[in-house]
Amino acid sequence: MTQQTNLPGFFSRLSIAFGALFKSLGDAEFAARVRDDGVGPTAAPAPVPAPAPAPVVKPAPAPTPLRAPTPDSALQLLSLFQREARLIDFAHENLTSYSDADIGAAARVVHEGCARVLREHFTIEPVRSELEGARITLNEGFDAASVRLTGNVVGTAPFNGTLSHRGWRAASVTLPQLAERHDARVLAPAEVEL
Amino acid sequence: MNDIVNNPLNDSLDNTAEPRYAIGIDLGTTHSALSYVDLQASDGEQAVDAVLPIPQLTAPGTIEALPLLPSFLYLPHPDELPAGERALPWSDTEETAIAGEMARNRGATTPIRLVSSAKSWLCHPGVDRRAAILPTDAPDEVTRVSPLDASTHYLRHLRQAWNAAHPEAPFDQQSVTVTIPASFDPGARELTLDAARLAGFTPTLLEEPQAALYSWIQGSDGRWRKQVAPGDIILVVDVGGGTSDFSLIAILERDGKLEPHRVAVGDHILLGGDNMDLALAHFVARKLSANGTQLDAWQMRALTYGCRSAKEALLADANATTHPIVVPSRGSKLIGGSIRTELTRDEVTAFITDGFFPRVEASARPTVRARAGLTQLGLPYAQDAAITRHLAAFLARQAGATAELEGFTGRVTADHTFLHPSAVLFNGGVFKSGILAQRVMDTINDWLYMEGAEPARMLEGADLDLAVARGAAYFSYARRGGGVRIRGGTARSYYVGVESSMPAIPGMEPPLEALCVAPFGMEEGSELELPGQEFGLVIGEPVTFRFFGSTTRRQDRIGDVLEFWGPDELHEMNEIQATLPADGRAAGDVVQVKLHALATDAGTLELLAVARDGQRWKIEFDVRTAAGVQ
Repeated sequence: MTQQTNLPGFFSRLSIAFGALFKSLGDAEFAARVRDDGVGPTAAPAPVPAPAPAPVVKPAPAPTPLRAPTPDSALQLLSLFQREARLIDFAHENLTSYSDADIGAAARVVHEGCARVLREHFTIEPVRSELEGARITLNEGFDAASVRLTGNVVGTAPFNGTLSHRGWRAASVTLPQLAERHDARVLAPAEVEL
Repeated sequence: MNDIVNNPLNDSLDNTAEPRYAIGIDLGTTHSALSYVDLQASDGEQAVDAVLPIPQLTAPGTIEALPLLPSFLYLPHPDELPAGERALPWSDTEETAIAGEMARNRGATTPIRLVSSAKSWLCHPGVDRRAAILPTDAPDEVTRVSPLDASTHYLRHLRQAWNAAHPEAPFDQQSVTVTIPASFDPGARELTLDAARLAGFTPTLLEEPQAALYSWIQGSDGRWRKQVAPGDIILVVDVGGGTSDFSLIAILERDGKLEPHRVAVGDHILLGGDNMDLALAHFVARKLSANGTQLDAWQMRALTYGCRSAKEALLADANATTHPIVVPSRGSKLIGGSIRTELTRDEVTAFITDGFFPRVEASARPTVRARAGLTQLGLPYAQDAAITRHLAAFLARQAGATAELEGFTGRVTADHTFLHPSAVLFNGGVFKSGILAQRVMDTINDWLYMEGAEPARMLEGADLDLAVARGAAYFSYARRGGGVRIRGGTARSYYVGVESSMPAIPGMEPPLEALCVAPFGMEEGSELELPGQEFGLVIGEPVTFRFFGSTTRRQDRIGDVLEFWGPDELHEMNEIQATLPADGRAAGDVVQVKLHALATDAGTLELLAVARDGQRWKIEFDVRTAAGVQ
């Protein structure tokens, strides 16, 4: 992890994406903000064949080289979420015409499937083992990448504060291997019954 | 494992090298698994074991290593998958048949190309098991495979997965055990061994309930000696995905050491956890169709998965009253098209607990309907779904199983209507539900109470999913001298039918006598000769015999002739056939042969025709029937 950059890593982005998804579903105002910011789903096509971002960055001064995303893994994960949890189907539905009972029934499919994907392909553990709400002390040299300070951030370490979220860390990732010529952009093949 | 990587050439240079690993394979009806013990790191009862993750296709072009290999084979259409999408990590060509998770997934929507339950077909007495008959309902253009081919395919997949993970220790140089149901007849055992040979290795066979007990012994870290005592009779109840299997194992004391003896095995019952899920799914589908919702095959499968998790949730938590089931829509409209229903505790209790595990009397017996005159070619599923009734019948049939065993004389009196087990070991994913295990315990203890016996106890700490593979690896290890061995020998006595010589009576078949050709409890490696009898076999002309087995007639010796037997005592199996090839003799010559029975080290039984000059021919258990050849 390069600590100088403020850009979130892949897993942080994943978590932000999910947070935004579910928050948009439950919170109309938040959804409106997402829309107004212009980063809504319409403006977010899958980061498909990322045409080698290297030449875009100006070669000369580049003090902190950025890592190029690997779309294949992201696409693979999307495909898993679609296969197991129908996540893309769910996110593409317009919820306004459905009752909460209908949405709830579908949410069970999505929740159960997402949980299965997370369980089978990631080992996810809390960053902090303390209970949320507990007072904790951060000594000098704490890992600023895994602990985010909020609120009255002044003075020097050790910092004393209340744990408001335990954080999550992927201890291991095991994504399926792909055949050489496999096209990961097909997230779910069309199905034709003969 | 790191230390091996560092010096990969240690063993592999020498073909006759001592095995480095003891490998156990659970070749299951619905799932297969591979477990192994590191022989160098193990000592005595301290065996270091692990389960091999098996790389398999889970979707086109997608390989995942999973702990289990679903025992399904999918035969794709040539245009169905793009090139390169069905290659396995170790294959340099396209696979024509796909095993594992993707086979199961694809097959659910295209069942005409799916081979499932190959193992049940392998012991189906009515079909030619080497003939390409699966899938039975495939259209003509699908190239079918035989039950033997399918089993070979799974075993080869496991061998290749091993070789990919352990290139320094080639699979065929390790000590390998493959498990089979205790109820497998000699023909099915031999076919399993043949499948392994075709897959490129020669294993030893082990009965699954024994493997479960081995796993329990190993898992107890030596504490099993405190949990069982001489005189104990352990009942192993193994309810797998597709079959139920019972065994009785008595604990003896010899030279101050505890020695488990397998004293009896049950009949083959095609009834398992998958039947339960399917029964529930059909019940829920009926409920839905009463409200006007029809499900297609794809939705039926989703419903079966939903029913399984609902069943598991309701059977794990005694306080839960309902569990929702959602059948996702097939199209991309998830919310509008999904069907929501639920399963209630009452339904699970009625269908699973009382349907498959009813609290019956010890005198209960499975109901047998007369088969319709023309049955379709299919698997002979158990007609009575009540596992407890099958269990009652098994224990009653085996009431005298320990009568002759040293240390057990006088324990069984004439009042006992069934054999009294003193401990029960469960195996199979079905028993992850404490409610079902408890139901079986309560039922057995009711039976014991009615005969004034002490209640049986449940042996704790069994690993329900992987016990068979683990136990098989431990057995591979134990038979190399490293741990406890279960004794017992062959679990049946075998007979050939001989027409008795009496004057012909018009309209009546001459009565049949049964000649014992292999007695009960033959230890592996032993060979017996049928005394007195010689048969004249004509060179080049096949001779068939009717063949019978008994799980209860322990006293018959080789050469005994039975004129009468109880209706339940002898079961007829496939015919057996002796064909003497010419081999330097003239066709048409008559050769006098004696019959020998041989219990092989690999765990199979062989019948041999031995000529006076010592020449030997094997008698085939697996006779190709003309009808089965396509």
